[in-house]
Amino acid sequence: MRKILVTLLFLLFGTSAFADCNIKSGSINILANDFPALRTFVETSKQCKGSADFKVTHSSEHNKIAVPALTANPSEFSARIAANSSIVPLMNQDLIRPLDDLVKKYGKGIQDSQLITIDGKVMAVAFMANTQHLYYREDVLKDLGIAIPKTYEEVVAASEKIRASGKMQYPYAAAYKAGWNLAEEFVNMFIGHGGEFFKSGSAEPNINNAKGVATLNMLKKLSELSNPDYLTHDSEAIKVEWESGNVALMTLWASRSGTLLDDEGDPNITKATKLTGPATVGGGNIPAATLWWDGFTLAKNRSDADAEATFRSLAHAASNKKMVADAADQAVWLVEGFVPGPKSIGVIEAVKMGAKPYPMLPQMGLMHGALGSEIVEFLQGKESAEQALKDVEAAYISKAKEQGFL
Amino acid sequence: MPNKTFFWFFLPTGLAMILFIGLPIISTGIQSFYAQHDQVVKEVKKCDPFGCTVSIVVDNEETSKIREAKPLGKFNGFGTYTDRNHLAVDEIKKFWNETESFGAFVDQVTNLPFYKALIFTLTYCLFVTPNVLLLGFIIALSLNAVARKIRGPLIFGTILPMIVTPLVGSLVLFWMIDSQGIIGANIQNLMNDPYLSLKSSKTLTWITIIIYGIWHHSPFAFVVFYAALQTVPQEPIEAAIIDGASRIQRIKHIVLPHIYPVVTFVALISLMDNFRVFEPIIGFSAEGSAQSLSWLIYDNLVNEEVILFGSAAATSMMTIIGIAILLAPVLIRTWKEFKTAR
Repeated sequence: MRKILVTLLFLLFGTSAFADCNIKSGSINILANDFPALRTFVETSKQCKGSADFKVTHSSEHNKIAVPALTANPSEFSARIAANSSIVPLMNQDLIRPLDDLVKKYGKGIQDSQLITIDGKVMAVAFMANTQHLYYREDVLKDLGIAIPKTYEEVVAASEKIRASGKMQYPYAAAYKAGWNLAEEFVNMFIGHGGEFFKSGSAEPNINNAKGVATLNMLKKLSELSNPDYLTHDSEAIKVEWESGNVALMTLWASRSGTLLDDEGDPNITKATKLTGPATVGGGNIPAATLWWDGFTLAKNRSDADAEATFRSLAHAASNKKMVADAADQAVWLVEGFVPGPKSIGVIEAVKMGAKPYPMLPQMGLMHGALGSEIVEFLQGKESAEQALKDVEAAYISKAKEQGFL
Repeated sequence: MPNKTFFWFFLPTGLAMILFIGLPIISTGIQSFYAQHDQVVKEVKKCDPFGCTVSIVVDNEETSKIREAKPLGKFNGFGTYTDRNHLAVDEIKKFWNETESFGAFVDQVTNLPFYKALIFTLTYCLFVTPNVLLLGFIIALSLNAVARKIRGPLIFGTILPMIVTPLVGSLVLFWMIDSQGIIGANIQNLMNDPYLSLKSSKTLTWITIIIYGIWHHSPFAFVVFYAALQTVPQEPIEAAIIDGASRIQRIKHIVLPHIYPVVTFVALISLMDNFRVFEPIIGFSAEGSAQSLSWLIYDNLVNEEVILFGSAAATSMMTIIGIAILLAPVLIRTWKEFKTAR
């Protein structure tokens, strides 16, 4: 009888993943961006904190605090949830530790595909994927007899048709806010045109060419079909535009689909909101989008005991089948046991179409920064595409020289 | 006050100033002459969930050796100051030789980030400062003339723009001028142009920020002027009234000379504040159309994943020099008056 009870209890509360949660000491402090999937992830890892001290900071300003906080010794945070781009400054400054030993010891449920290895060393463990892809309003497209666009040229044609029909004045939206967002759109479109940002094997810029000009012209065409305030619109702003029914075609992050398709807002718009893969551009066959992963890294300037405790609790979440089943609509999880739902279409299509990951290069942040401010005047019609690209390269070169890349 | 008393009185403030203002400025100055060491990179294999590629990373072992030997970085002299993102000396020389007309030359120069920011900053200063002084003075005069009973609430209402946090104030206006906001939509209707956007046009963005600046800073001038007006002696004014001087004559010949030192003070403070214009650019998300020197510093420090300490330090130093140049005429004048007074 007692045996049965114990077995029952074990079945109820114990899973194999819980077996490793016997953390006796150490303190855990996590820095992460702020969106639902990451909150779920951190909450799940908290279940496995054992008797360790557990703290978390969710902030959309995480990029600004990461490097200073991890440079301190001992570092403020024991772990940082990073992505392709934000792991680079941590690598550049040598602020994160290799995880090979910990993965071997405690990373039983983590799949090999989740490991981010650089020079043979595991530097991060990824748990979700993200990309920007197309959203469309099924009702609007159907009414006007427009097929679901597969290329940006079709997006332009469809938007022009919608505008001509008088249904919507600004049928297209994307996060074109001057700065990081706008630069990200350029990166997507440039990669879609088959561009390479740097001359091979060096940090010399390579964007002032026909592909760069084509990229800018496409961005300009799309911006003319967007709300005239597009230079101030970030992902949140275009989400609001979409929910007010002002937009029929949109390029937005996959991780935002959850909030677009939830019960809030006009049910008719929510019902007609459909997802499809990212578009291609200029006759290219890879999508004009970049693939992103989110994963955890551990601070170097922190005791081994803290690192071990942190790894064990985060690994619990990064291999948690229950979490990915319960939160299947929050993200495209890379964790074993994830069954993709309708909100994952964008990322899955992007991977199928052979989308490239965001370039994980030490000098890419400088290029991204230069793009964000120097292409604005072209979109405003104040200078030519060639001049804008020349400015980007010049701004990048000065910064790269100061940073010692050139 | 005897000099000795003054010394002991001033000592704590002086120490705090050296510690929290003086030393950081010196440290910033030193930083501005250094750049990062040449990056040692190596080619490695990188694998992520989307596949493996061969690309470069910073060689941390090598880099840390160089960093330990010279922690400040590579000495760069005025290299950061003269590069394209700051004073752009070489570029300007090139433009001067290559462009045919002076207009084309100016076009090229104003396309450089530092000069672009400088022009906005100066334009902002030149429009906001005099208007703040004028508006503040007019409000102070009018409030000084209304009945005492309603003065209290009126003063409170007038200083409200200063009480509202700058970011909140600019955000409120930002939403109002949205193409679907109350001001934005009405202007579109008035002009009969559905594509008109206050936020996408550079000129209109500048005008918006300048109007916001005047709105936000006027209460400060008003408060100081209003206090100064209370000290204007009544006898000469009454005498002037008996002599038949008009209101404008009284203000010009009695009130203004009396509060002149206060005007100088407000002008100084306003100029300094306006030269460091920053919050409205963030509040209005106007980075695309309007960049100020302070915004450039912010951008170098936080907007990129790679922090550019050298660039930020150089721009900071030039901002300090810029403020000094702007204030010089007023300071020299005050100094001269001080000497003649003695």
